[in-house]
Amino acid sequence: MDILRFITAGSVDDGKSTLIGRLLYDSKSIMIDQLTAIQQQTKHKAVGEIDLALLTDGLRAEREQGITIDVAYKYFSTPKRKFIIADAPGHIQYTRNMITGASNANLIIVLIDARNGVVEQTRRHSLIASILKIPHVVVAVNKMDMVGYAEDVFNNIMIDYAVVAEKLGLKNVTYIPISALKGDNIVEKSTAMSWYDGSSLLSFLENVPVRNDVNLSVTRFPVQYVIRPQGETLHDYRGYAGKLISGILKVGDAVSVLPQGINTHIASIEHNGKNVEEAFAPQSIIVHLADDVDVSRGNVIVPVQQQPLSDKAFSSMICWMDTKPLQIGNRYWLQLNSTLVKCIVTNINYVLNVDSLTKQEHIDKIQLNEIASITLKTATPLVYDKYESLPVNGAAILIDEATNVTVGACMIQ
Amino acid sequence: MERYLDHLDQLESEAIHILREVAGQFERPVLLFSGGKDSITLVHLALRAFRPGNFPFPLLHIDTGHNFPEALAFRDQLVHEIQEHLIVRKVEDTMKVKNLPEPKGKFASRNALQTFTLLDAIDEFKFDACIGGARRDEEKARAKERIFSVRDEFGQWEPKLQRPELWNIYNGKIHKGENVRVFPISNWTELDVWHYIQRHQIELPSIYFAHEREVIEHEGQLVAVSPYIKIDETDVITKRRVRYRTVGDMSCTAAVESNADTLEKIINEIVATKTSERGETRIDDKVSEAAMEDRKKNGYF
Repeated sequence: MDILRFITAGSVDDGKSTLIGRLLYDSKSIMIDQLTAIQQQTKHKAVGEIDLALLTDGLRAEREQGITIDVAYKYFSTPKRKFIIADAPGHIQYTRNMITGASNANLIIVLIDARNGVVEQTRRHSLIASILKIPHVVVAVNKMDMVGYAEDVFNNIMIDYAVVAEKLGLKNVTYIPISALKGDNIVEKSTAMSWYDGSSLLSFLENVPVRNDVNLSVTRFPVQYVIRPQGETLHDYRGYAGKLISGILKVGDAVSVLPQGINTHIASIEHNGKNVEEAFAPQSIIVHLADDVDVSRGNVIVPVQQQPLSDKAFSSMICWMDTKPLQIGNRYWLQLNSTLVKCIVTNINYVLNVDSLTKQEHIDKIQLNEIASITLKTATPLVYDKYESLPVNGAAILIDEATNVTVGACMIQ
Repeated sequence: MERYLDHLDQLESEAIHILREVAGQFERPVLLFSGGKDSITLVHLALRAFRPGNFPFPLLHIDTGHNFPEALAFRDQLVHEIQEHLIVRKVEDTMKVKNLPEPKGKFASRNALQTFTLLDAIDEFKFDACIGGARRDEEKARAKERIFSVRDEFGQWEPKLQRPELWNIYNGKIHKGENVRVFPISNWTELDVWHYIQRHQIELPSIYFAHEREVIEHEGQLVAVSPYIKIDETDVITKRRVRYRTVGDMSCTAAVESNADTLEKIINEIVATKTSERGETRIDDKVSEAAMEDRKKNGYF
């Protein structure tokens, strides 16, 4: 069985939480005691049907306000797959929480209210999907029951969204007309929309290929921790522990330790206490090198023939997540996998206008929830790949030096 | 050969990665060990993350004094086998020092008092990261929590101001006095844990398997007869064949009627069940809709 991680995105009241509630309910993943609990709350709120959204709104403030503030993770399985759902907020104020949920997703469901069509939040969430490079996009046109299950409503939204997808370079877009409230095209094919010849949402989620989402052709091994038992029998043991984030590593491979640039060979590889001839992403392993070189946390081991970039200055897309704006000259910690370096913002290249999807230059501040391109200078050379070519080694976060809070999501260009 | 990890192997690698991030980023981490299946799984994952080295952290058991004797015996045997350091801090001692009253009631639970002992232990040893076996599928407040969850000086969780947590990058930077609660098996479900235990033949305390036990039935839940609950005249004590789906305190954990005496049978029962793990076995979660959220805000795990 494999895992599909997906996120639901859309405007407030597009029915994200209801959709997830419906998926859990119809796939029989909700337990009786949980159902009884939400039935009681629905009574408190004096709403007729059970409010499936109450299943995911886990915080008191969310239930009181009837909105989703932070990402809730939900889990369900079918015989084919384990699913991890990030139920993300639709409200613009909580975009940063949506990005948290989107960063690990294989797939995004962009919900569109059939009555409203493509709106600003649709464009914003699609833009995030495109800059995060989420491999698969499902446009779920929801509330079809409220437009009489009309085919032309669905077709017009498809035409509108195709323009957005084209501008953003989104590929692999699939369109599904649904009603989360009534259960149309969620688990079973709807009888109310015989004109639709695609699969139901769940059937699509079960079958969309995810195995190619792991890059096995370019090898990167960031060292997380050095294991040195220093006991009598293991006096000379020195193992470099980490997760192989991409590619394949074999005993005997010629490798470079970066950023030092020292070349050596892989002497042995341990996986779960056993010596193995090769390891592949995303296994967590322990690596031993042929030569006695100085390696510590933050170093990256790569094949000699597959060198990443190593620079002290580079540009990066950024989603800004702090109420305090980003300005030229600000200093932050930058964390990329196990590497932590100080950096300074040397330029704001442009800010993206979410509505027109155009670049605005000569901007001196980046505000909360804005998406921009900046230039960063680091104290020591950073070993990275472009996010475009290898996301697992091109994604980084910015951390505020004073508050320690994560304030930016970087995708190095 | 197909180079692909199935869901359990992916979850395992993710958890090992998180454990090693803790080792790499913190000076004084600790693993909270309760003796339940989730923390036993964590220990197993730590063995895979750090052997042949020692754990870069001790284990800490917050002992309420209401434990199942089988769970305590198991704890001591496990620690002996793996030769790691175990710290035990007792709720009873905290109650004496702080002059806290013994909770009253039929199922008087020291569950809430654990928080005091935990926060004191964090202070005593200056722990900066506490690794725990909580899972997001357990409860809806937990479903919202980050894998690295920052607590302020008072141990409090602020659910509306959580740090963004992106990709597999965990920000462990904190101020002095703060600590991070780390949940390596956040993305595992109850069934994932059982399947993992089965795949790797991980040993568990005997009370997880069907056995004969004297119980009373209270509001549909079976509670073991023990010195920690108050037996009323109207209670009927019967001997039933039961097992525990979770292992907490004897005073607040209910048993389920079962004949499942092997991992395979337990898994079959869990696949078929219509009730959630907490709903079926925890007497302490039913107090209010936001019971868990409120406890977590105050420093509870």
